[in-house]
Amino acid sequence: MTDTDIKYLLPGIPDLHKINVYEKEGGYGALKKALGMKPDDVIEEVKKSNLRGRGGACFPAGLKWSFMPKNSEKPKYLCVNADEGEPGTFKDREIIEHNPHALIEGTLIASYAMGVTTAYVYIRGEYVKWMKILEAAIEEAYDKKYIGKNIAGSKYSVDMYVHRGAGAYICGEESSLMNSLEGERGYPRVKPPFPAQYGLWGCPTTINNVETLANVPVIINNGADWYIKIGVEKHPGTLLYGVSGHVNNPGVFELPTGVLLTDLIYKYGGGVRSGKKLKAVIPGGSSTPILRGDSIEGVRMDADSLMEAGSSIGTGGVIVMDEDTDIPDIIERISRFYHHESCGQCTPCREGTGWMEKIIKRINRGEGKLKDLDVLLDVANNIEGNTICALGDAAAWPVQSAIKRFRDEFEAKIDVEKTAAA
Amino acid sequence: MLNEARREQLDKIIKRYPKKQAALLPALYLVQEQAGYISKEAMQYIADYLEIPYGHVLGVVTFYTMFYDKPIGRHHIQVCTNVSCRLLGSEPLVSHIGKQCSIKPGETSEDGRFTLSEVECLGSCGTAPMMQVNDDYHENLTVEKVDALLESMK
Ligand SMILES: Cc1cc2nc3c(=O)[nH]c(=O)nc-3n(C[C@H](O)[C@H](O)[C@H](O)COP(=O)(O)O)c2cc1C
Ligand code: FES
Repeated sequence: MTDTDIKYLLPGIPDLHKINVYEKEGGYGALKKALGMKPDDVIEEVKKSNLRGRGGACFPAGLKWSFMPKNSEKPKYLCVNADEGEPGTFKDREIIEHNPHALIEGTLIASYAMGVTTAYVYIRGEYVKWMKILEAAIEEAYDKKYIGKNIAGSKYSVDMYVHRGAGAYICGEESSLMNSLEGERGYPRVKPPFPAQYGLWGCPTTINNVETLANVPVIINNGADWYIKIGVEKHPGTLLYGVSGHVNNPGVFELPTGVLLTDLIYKYGGGVRSGKKLKAVIPGGSSTPILRGDSIEGVRMDADSLMEAGSSIGTGGVIVMDEDTDIPDIIERISRFYHHESCGQCTPCREGTGWMEKIIKRINRGEGKLKDLDVLLDVANNIEGNTICALGDAAAWPVQSAIKRFRDEFEAKIDVEKTAAA
Repeated sequence: MLNEARREQLDKIIKRYPKKQAALLPALYLVQEQAGYISKEAMQYIADYLEIPYGHVLGVVTFYTMFYDKPIGRHHIQVCTNVSCRLLGSEPLVSHIGKQCSIKPGETSEDGRFTLSEVECLGSCGTAPMMQVNDDYHENLTVEKVDALLESMK
């Protein structure tokens, strides 16, 4: 068996979303095993596995769990982030649709390890179908006593509920998510204090992405030593890569970390449509820096390799663009998105995202000035790092990288002679 | 304001949280499900029910795009125009739907049947172009598919 055959998130077993099928495949065995371990040993195993967050920031999951206070007078909470809002990302819904019990089991193991009393799944409001699937699966797990009082015959009790968002991208950011869950507008909170100290209702809270938690059962079942051998050691496991845009065979592919970006596009994605040439790739969701098609030879899909290539793994959502793509047009669309979704709390983001959209629009209309590109970079640089949450950075990176790597395309839209003097 | 079944549902939901206010989004969904939109009176009702200020409810309704404070069309057509969908032709699709329904994005048809919106990524980029009509996703769209769908909604 080679690495590429390992598929534990989407193994393609028919009816796996039903609890009896999941159990027949060994499901909830990891939960029972974990309940027989000390909570700290569960955290230790996850730490040893090097599991890193799949929500975009790659934060080590075990380390995050260890930040939760051991002895807390207050109840502790876990939020499962199913907001899946980053453009180009469509993977968590696959887990919820085809393997919801892996998510539930992972959530329960994490909850036990941290001493959580209630876990809330915050799911984007548009995912009505997936919300229903997940709620049905949770009900099954309650009926089988995997959730609720004294789960699986242990002394540990925990509840798990689905909470529906209402169409705001910013609520995927962990502190906005908590505000939204509390029935507030989804404004990010200033950190510190961090969620592990002061989260939901001021209580210790951890937030993890759906895919992160769905990785936990195999780690407990097979051990960290097994897990760390899949893909890249510092960022191991399989990833759900979403390939979209100008490819023949778009979709979600479960493959180890560190797979070649070119393999994702040509081997799994079936190559660029209509035999066209590749112009550009956004490798990890719309906020990750855009790469030139002629610069991706040998680039691997893991945190370190992509950073070296000048981008980021993000959510693993690969957007492929062929030779006919109008890059400034695509960047305008991305800028419109971040402007629309900025919550307006921080001035650099609220104003800056608006300016960026306006200037790129002007360039695309043929009314740009030569100095606009420098102004754009200046605005982007002033947003980056100057906001409460990372939405500002997410808005700045596409613009900075596109001007750096596709400057000629922007300049081609500017009438240099006419505007040089202006 | 909420019928009995929905009120019972809301009472059950409230128990999931240590504070009543956390049931605000679920409560607003229940109202919207029943009435199609969230009126000022409904906001006051929810405010009283959850023991929070009316102004807070109003602020929340206006913050989230999925809450409507005015009636909208029976079929809310929401076409994703974000990157992956744009690359595969969401733009012409929006114009086509607009022409078929005689409305522009942001408008509701005179007979109250359709509202057309351009929306952000719906997490369906691998099956682009796509749109959502009320609660349902329609993926891998073509003009023919859209026409058949519009026909079925008449
Ligand atoms: C603007 C913004 C939007 C985000 N949206 C999501 C999202 O939709 N889903 C998600 O899992 N994480 C999202 N994140 C990341 C979360 O803040 C957080 O890092 C993540 O849920 C932690 O889980 P992980 O450590 O398991 O990856 C977003 C971050 C920002 C700044
Ligand atoms: S870009 Fe249209 S669904 Fe993601």
